[in-house]
Formats: sequence, structure tokens, C-alpha cells
Amino acid sequence: MNKRAVFKSWWLPILFALPQLLLIFFFFYWPATSVLTWAFSLEPAFGGAGDRLFVGWDNFRDVFADREYWQSVALSLVFAFTATALSMFIAFVLAICVDRQLKGSGIFRFFYIWPYAIAAPAVGLAFRFIFAPESGLIAIVNTWSPDLWNPAKFGSHAMILVIICFAWKWIGYNFIFMTAGLQSIPRSLIEASSMDGSGPVRRAIDLQIPLLAPTLFFLLVLNLTESFVGPDTYGIVDLTTEGGPNGATNVMVYRIVSEAFQGLNYSGAASQSLILIGLIMVFTFIQFRFVERRVHYK
Amino acid sequence: MAEINIRNVRKSYGRTQILHGVDLDFKSGEFVVILGPSGCGKSTLLRMIAGLEEISAGEISIDGTVVNNLEPRDRGCSMVFQNYALYPHMNVAANIGYALKVAGVPRAERDRRISETARIVGLEEMLDRKPAQLSGGQRQRVAMGRAIIREPKVFLFDEPLSNLDAKLRVQMRVEIRRLHKRLSATSVFVTHDQVEAMTLADKLIVMNKGHVEQVGTPLEIYHRPRTRFVGTFIGSPAMNFFDSTIAPGGKFVLLDGIQIAIDPVLGRDNADNAVSAGIRPEHCRLVKAGTANSVPATVDFVEELGSGRNVHVDIDGTIFAVSGDESQLFKTGATVGLQLPSEHIHLFSRDTGLRLDDAPALKHTTNQSTVAA
Repeated sequence: MNKRAVFKSWWLPILFALPQLLLIFFFFYWPATSVLTWAFSLEPAFGGAGDRLFVGWDNFRDVFADREYWQSVALSLVFAFTATALSMFIAFVLAICVDRQLKGSGIFRFFYIWPYAIAAPAVGLAFRFIFAPESGLIAIVNTWSPDLWNPAKFGSHAMILVIICFAWKWIGYNFIFMTAGLQSIPRSLIEASSMDGSGPVRRAIDLQIPLLAPTLFFLLVLNLTESFVGPDTYGIVDLTTEGGPNGATNVMVYRIVSEAFQGLNYSGAASQSLILIGLIMVFTFIQFRFVERRVHYK
Repeated sequence: MAEINIRNVRKSYGRTQILHGVDLDFKSGEFVVILGPSGCGKSTLLRMIAGLEEISAGEISIDGTVVNNLEPRDRGCSMVFQNYALYPHMNVAANIGYALKVAGVPRAERDRRISETARIVGLEEMLDRKPAQLSGGQRQRVAMGRAIIREPKVFLFDEPLSNLDAKLRVQMRVEIRRLHKRLSATSVFVTHDQVEAMTLADKLIVMNKGHVEQVGTPLEIYHRPRTRFVGTFIGSPAMNFFDSTIAPGGKFVLLDGIQIAIDPVLGRDNADNAVSAGIRPEHCRLVKAGTANSVPATVDFVEELGSGRNVHVDIDGTIFAVSGDESQLFKTGATVGLQLPSEHIHLFSRDTGLRLDDAPALKHTTNQSTVAA
């Protein structure tokens, strides 16, 4: 049966599509073209569109010549990979435990999902208090030895703090998918492997991870992308460390936003955005090209 | 080779009790079949032996060791699952050899045993394939190979043939029996298919609603069902039953006003008791209407089997199945006579469902292995 509706007039279908088209235009195409023009031109110091100077690749040259920029790239990589690894690992352990139907797993399943429902800035704010070196819950370690924990002073501590925030929030998300994936593995497979003599850890490595591989791959792409460019990363960094101390958590997304809207360097920020997009594309390509091949799809 | 002893084993999920105290003993090397309708607790019992279900009360011991608190891997059992439960991401060799890999058997030794096992189950050519590339029968073989490579003391089969088509099922049945002869490990086989049960079992256990109804050789159970349920459950078409009361004096029961003679000694001891009388379809005889000692009946319908036919007759609302190779043709609606020979009549108490002449202890001496290869 052909259910296609055929419009007689040309304007009616356009009218129907208009709201969506407007949204896409204002929130995607317009900003995207603006970024493109900014990236290849020099923004006048006091604004104004008229005398924008086309400068070719000069903005990019500036960015690449900046030592701080490369530091930011390195920080982003460290942040993205560590946060992804941490959140996926913990989520997997939790999901396995819930899947074993240990006592109370129903309630835990419920609670583990919650963190994802909390907005990243709220997470950041909460963790800022929890991990405050002078008065937070963790402050007790500083009575053992001063400055054992001080994210306001040490870059490494600050990085650990933002990684924990991000992982904490994303564990919930990963947990949902992993639990669903684990539940789709037939129970008799797990039983067969326990008859074959494997314990819980062995079973996880030999059976559950390979059978969960498509889900894990999907989550890997999503986590890496999100930690690299996601609004969550920006929100968390902004509310906990503001990129500091001394730029130690000035990851690429945060740097772009602060450079554009605090430094008002639209050109530099735009070219950095383009580089970031390029990096994400390279990452995703690598993942699909090389990791996905090893993923077992049924 | 191991003995299995099951002592007053119970299983309950919350308030619902699934098994109400089961006592069973399996001798070493025996092929035991547990038969029962779905939901009777047979699979649960098997899974309790395997260690996949907790034992709510009672004791299971294998080879003299109580296994209640042992992990499945420490019980020395291997199991063939109904849906085979093959690891989909491993090839046949890896599936078969997984238990050895977990046990840390060196690679060379492992490969040798995998190829030996593959030869036994006839999968030498398939070792590189994934389960998805195998047919149902081949998957079944992989599951069997995976079970035998560990050289277990006990084999557990959880309805392993129910996913196969009829022809393959017969073939696999024979192979399982042959394998058992060769390995002679104690085997416990759960099924709801009575033909499988009859052909495979050394010892047959009939279960219903969480109780063991009868334990015996297949022939004992066929010829002397201990309860009305066993009588109904074994045999196809099912045993015919009619309710009656043993006449004073104990010589006969009445069916539709006609006297049906019964065993006089048994009748004398149980005179005036309300009974359920049963007779197997193959023991009923159809005769011309009006023949002496026959109950008038109307032919309801006829099933042709090729090798014989099942005639279903109606006696005052009760349908009796009669099987035989009668040369005469019975037309639907014809009036005939039904004869019920007294020596084939089974009498069960209508209150308890128990057989009236249940011998106190039946000896299970016949260790028959009569399955045709």
C-alpha cells in the first residue's frame, strides 16, 4: 500500500516543514557559517561586520604556534580517555553486580541511574563542595598531612576532580546501556559457563564483555565524544575549577568558550572549534575503522 | 561414575512450593529419566543437582559428598541445556574446549582432547565454525561435546531434544544412548516426552506437581502404574478411565449397567470401594454389537495411523480409545460392542488415586538396555 501523501501545492509542505527548517537554520547553519567566516577572517577589535579582513590560514597558524593551546589539547586527551575509562569501568562493574541479582540489586539499579538525570553544572557545584579542600567531606585528609588534597593549588588534583565529576555523572548513563545489554545475554549461557567452571570474573572476561562488545563500542564513542566536546565537560569545568589552577584543567571546550566570550577572540575560538571538530572526526573514524572490526556483532 | 542420593529435597520460591520433599537414589552408571508434565518440578530438580538452583531444604549428595553448598563447577556434573547455550562468539573448538581452558589445561593437551571429543560426537569437520553456522542437530552435538570433554561423573540433560525435529530427535536419542553405553557416567535426563523416556531410561521417574509419583523400569511403569496420574500420563492414546464402585462380593464393576469382571481376590478385599477403573486402548476389544460381555458403544471417530488405527467410541458420554489393527472397518456412528478383559483392568482408589493392588516394594532388578541402536 502506498501511504505517501502527495501535496498539490508547493507552499503547503514547506509551511509544514518551516518550524524545523527555521530551527536548523538558526541553531546550526547560521552558527556554522559564522564560525567558518570567523575562522578565516580577522574580527575587528571593536566588532562590526563591515571591515572584516580575510586572513586565510593565519588564525590557524596563530593557534598552532601557541604553546598553551597544545597544552590544552594534551589535557583534553588525558581528560577524555581517563574519564571515559573510569566511567565505563565502574559502570560495567556495577552492571555486572546488578545482573547477578545480588541482594537489593533492584534498588541499586534504580539509584545508579540517577546521576545522569542531574545537570552537569549541578554536579560540578555539588562536587566543588564535597571536594573543597578546606571544608568539604574530603577535607579530613588535609588534617593527616597539609595539602594532601588541594585542587585549588595543584593542577593534578584539579584534573582528578573534574574527571571524577564527569565519570560520576556518566556512570549512570553507561550503566543503563550495560544493564540492558547484559540482560539480553541468555541466562543459560551464564549457567553453562558456570557449569564449565568459570567464576564471575572469568565469565565477565570470556563471555559478557565479548557479547556486550557492540554496546561497549557504542558507549566508547559516545563517552569519548562527550568528554571531548560535550556541554557536560564545559559545565563541570566551569563550576569546579574554571580551567585552573594555572590552566591545568583548561580543556579544549572550556578554552574555546572562555576565549570567545571572555577574551572576545572570535577568530581564534572559531578556528579552534574547527580543529576540535576535525579531531573528533578523526577519532570517530579511527574507532569505527579499527575498533569496530574487532567487535562481534551477532 | 557416581551415585546420586536425594534426601527429602524441597524447593520453594517465597510461599510457593515447587518440590514437596523428593527422595531418590540413582545408582552409579544408571541412565535415569525424569518424566512429567511441564511445571511438575523436574527441571528444577535437575538444576538443583547441577547447582544452578538453591536447595530450600533437604540434601543432595553426589558420590557420598553433600553438594548443597558446592558451586556448580565443584560438583563434577556437566549439563546439556534445552537451547544448547552455546557461546555464540566462539567457534566449535572453543566451545567444546572452554571448560579445559578455564581449568588451565595446556594448549597441546587441550587440542588433543578437543579433536578426540569432536570425533566422538562427529564434528571433526566443523571445528572452525561458529554456532550460528550450524544446524540444530550439529549444535546439539556441540553441546554434548562440551559436556563430555570434562569427563564428568554425572551428565545432566535438560530436555535436550525438544528443539529438534521429529526425525532428528529419534536419531539423537539413539546417539545419546550409545554415548552413555560408551562413557557409562550416571546420567539424568529430563523430558516431557514419554517416548524419549521409555526408550532411554534404565530407571524412569514420573513426577507430578512436585511429587514423585512412581519410580521403576519403563516396563514396570507401563504395566503397573502406581497412581491414576501415571496411568494417564504414560501411553498413547492415554489410558481409558471410568468411575465405578466395586460390587458387593467384589466380582465386578459396572460400566453403563454392564458387569465388567475384575480380579476376584482384589475385588473381595476392596468390595464397595469407589474406584477409577482404567484400561489401555491396546487392551480393549471391539466386537459386534450384542456380543456377550460387551458394552454397547457408538463409534465417534477413527484415526488412521497406517500401522493400525485408533477407534474412539462413545459409551453414554464417556469416550474410550481403542487401538488395534482390526481388519473390520468401523464407520462413524455405527453401534459396536466393547470388551474389557479383566486381566488388563487397573483399579485405582477414587479418593487417593493410588493403585489398589500396589505391591509394597517393587524390585528394580531389571537393568534393561533394550534400546534399538
